[in-house]
Amino acid sequence: MSIEVHGIRKTFGRFVALDAISLEFPTGELIALLGPSGCGKTTLLRIIAGLEFADVGRVLFDGEDAAQRDVRERQVGFVFQHYALFRHMSVFENVAFGLRVKPRKQRPPESFIKRRVYELLDLVQLGWLAHRYPAQLSGGQRQRIALARALAVEPRVLLLDEPFGSLDAKVRKELRQWLRRLHDELHITSIFVTHDQDEAIEVADRVVLMNKGRVEQTGPTQDVYEHPATAFAYSFLGAVNRFPGRVDGGSLRVGDATVPLAECPGVGGGEEVIAFARPHELDIVVNGDAGEGVPASVRRIFISGAVARVELTGDPPSGEAAEPRRFEVEITRERLGQLNLQPGQAVRLTSSRLRVFPVDRQS
Amino acid sequence: MAQVRAHRVLPGFGLSMGYTVAYLSLVVLIPLSAVFIRSASLSPDALWAAVTSPRVMASYRLSFGASLLAAAINTVFGFLLAWSLVRYRFPAKRIVDALVDLPFALPTAVAGIALTALYARNGWLGQYLENLGSKLAAALVYLYPGGAWLGPYLEPLSIKVAFTPLGVLVALVFIGLPFVVRTVQPVLDDLDTELEETAASLGARRWQTMRRVVLPTLIPALLTGFALAFARAVGEYGSVIFIAGNLPMVSEITPLIIITKLEQYDYVGATAVAAVMLVVSFVLLFTINGLQSWTDRRVAKVG
Repeated sequence: MSIEVHGIRKTFGRFVALDAISLEFPTGELIALLGPSGCGKTTLLRIIAGLEFADVGRVLFDGEDAAQRDVRERQVGFVFQHYALFRHMSVFENVAFGLRVKPRKQRPPESFIKRRVYELLDLVQLGWLAHRYPAQLSGGQRQRIALARALAVEPRVLLLDEPFGSLDAKVRKELRQWLRRLHDELHITSIFVTHDQDEAIEVADRVVLMNKGRVEQTGPTQDVYEHPATAFAYSFLGAVNRFPGRVDGGSLRVGDATVPLAECPGVGGGEEVIAFARPHELDIVVNGDAGEGVPASVRRIFISGAVARVELTGDPPSGEAAEPRRFEVEITRERLGQLNLQPGQAVRLTSSRLRVFPVDRQS
Repeated sequence: MAQVRAHRVLPGFGLSMGYTVAYLSLVVLIPLSAVFIRSASLSPDALWAAVTSPRVMASYRLSFGASLLAAAINTVFGFLLAWSLVRYRFPAKRIVDALVDLPFALPTAVAGIALTALYARNGWLGQYLENLGSKLAAALVYLYPGGAWLGPYLEPLSIKVAFTPLGVLVALVFIGLPFVVRTVQPVLDDLDTELEETAASLGARRWQTMRRVVLPTLIPALLTGFALAFARAVGEYGSVIFIAGNLPMVSEITPLIIITKLEQYDYVGATAVAAVMLVVSFVLLFTINGLQSWTDRRVAKVG
């Protein structure tokens, strides 16, 4: 089922949680609502589910207005971060709940319920836990049971609110790969909320990036990751190094230093900008010309796998008593060998792939 | 082989256990055993006669019957009150919350006198309840004259509260209310609304969510509240004697029988009746507690 939201606005008291949100969620896709905490992503999910109602705006299910429909009638499967399993019921009864509460005329016979529950438990690979109680399960198992329970009523759309948020790193990684496989099997339109960009990148077909109640960027996951449209999108989607400065012809002036720009920024000369580079997009120069590249000194070097990570300290931004800037650079081990870096060594940072954004006064 | 001394993570078990036992003996067990020792000075036949005389038997029925009924009423309405206090916002909520505790704080005799004044034949409420039938008939004729033929059937309808067993029930409901509210409230507070939202998203209607999700998790707390309200009601004396009227065989409660016997210097008879009360109360409370820990275990299986 496809979902559309149009012009959604939601306020809590004076706080604007969502402002003019319009989005489309195509049928059968797995979409991530990504953003920092407090950006309104969970509120949007709850509005789609019918657990919350927008002040203004419409929610369309397959083109049909769902405003008048209660959560009971929307046929959405909702999975909470903290599982919300019924503590006094066995795993079996938890999964069977949605079938047992159907109106008498639609309620399937016991034999069907049993078959369906075991089918679902097999789908989440936990059939052997049917007679346990939620307290006896691990976090990852509980979340899979919560998912099986949501699927039992054959929802038209699956909504997951930070589904892996309270699991430890290893289980989280396993579970998100598993969710992706499950989605490829079932093809049910799914929206999940996360604040973890890796999770979104790994699992989702499309990403909706949100910030402060607004949609910042939306598109296929790889697109959004490769081409962040705003400074916020760039810095949220991975580790970044920031270089505040001014555009000066074909290069960027950072303090007294200049860094050449590969692409011509859509920003006029002399304007204040902020430039970003990912750690692997920076290079370290040991004996560079004065003024070419941003000066910094090596603080720490550590090696993981094929890459070496170098942490550096820059000069504090001029005129401010702020703490010195920190940079992080990823280079190959080979390159590290050539440079022969020592902690405390003064070096310069250059990059051929700086992305320049105008300064957003608000952020 | 060196012996390894087992260390407990929480120190001081010996000391705190010793203290618990000593304190419990001093404060609870010794006074209670005195009741049994005292009553044992009667011959078995005399003892049996003292505790099973018709008047005493009638008082048991009233005391335990009214207490159980009052505790049951309080469980239902205490739950509703707790629900409103936890789930809704309304003006003066704090005042309502504080009012719940008043029956705890009020000297029971004051409560008894206030209730009696309300429900006595010439009291504020009592005069209307007494003539409920005729008032209803009059109202019916006023609103719908064609219903006048119903009048004679309504006329005899009359509810007497003061000086009847009903009065005893009213007093016991009054003093037992805080127990249920205060035991259910914190549990309800902890009950995640996500559970109800999940149930709703799975298609459960409101009452199904209530019956299958909310109530099962609250049962242990409700049982505790019930037990406390019941225990308080069985032992209640002050508020009841004013409103009960204390007619032998009709509205006389067991604690009053004990007092009466004491006033007649029948100490042994008084303690014998007290011992029966103790045993029955203990058995009832023990049963409720057992029931509670059984449901508790079922619920807690979950964590």
